[in-house]
Amino acid sequence: MTPVAISVDTPEESRDLCQRVGYTFPFLSDRNGDVIRKYDLLHKGGGEQGRDISRPAEFLVDRTGTVRWRNLTEDLRIRATPETMLEAARSLR
Amino acid sequence: MSRLISGLLLVFIAAFSYVYFFSRWPVTRDVPWTAFVLFVVALALMISGLRRTPRKVIASIVMVIGIAFMAFFTFGTLVGTRMLPASHGSPAIGAKAPDFTLPDTNHRNVTLSQLVAAPGANGVLLIFYRGYW
Repeated sequence: MTPVAISVDTPEESRDLCQRVGYTFPFLSDRNGDVIRKYDLLHKGGGEQGRDISRPAEFLVDRTGTVRWRNLTEDLRIRATPETMLEAARSLR
Repeated sequence: MSRLISGLLLVFIAAFSYVYFFSRWPVTRDVPWTAFVLFVVALALMISGLRRTPRKVIASIVMVIGIAFMAFFTFGTLVGTRMLPASHGSPAIGAKAPDFTLPDTNHRNVTLSQLVAAPGANGVLLIFYRGYW
């Protein structure tokens, strides 16, 4: 399973984050929020200085491009745990 | 007066220890009970301080600041972080994930349909996040 992170951050901001924390999976930059809008995840004015950002959400997509598991948290403090996501990924096999 | 000040300090310690420390683990993050326990102790200290001091006016002001901060924290953690869009149009389980192409940290374009079809890739986990600014 390949994790892919998506936010409105610039590639440079994400590169800094990856270098600081040591993430090695792809971080994609959706600067204008087009993909975030496509997935209906836009949190209007949710960011710093009223910037539009993505709400937290996770989707597991299988080989055919079908969503097999998703998590739309109701509280941005509470995210899916790595265990939950790995469990979902195991179900693909 | 010293009990009042200690109580007020404890209010701040309760809130900041949650934000910078206890929010790291689900057991202390999901319900901010560490802050609430400390708030109760802080409130008891402030009430006891208010009873003992002859300087009622300034003591009342300290207490109002403490209570206002506790209310702000409680609202922020229990209500504020739940103010999220409904996302009714978000792809449900069994639906096709909308395809997209976005640049990675090296400005190379990455396409979802190519990622999922890549040999050895047993599924792709899309993690949308708020950004770290």
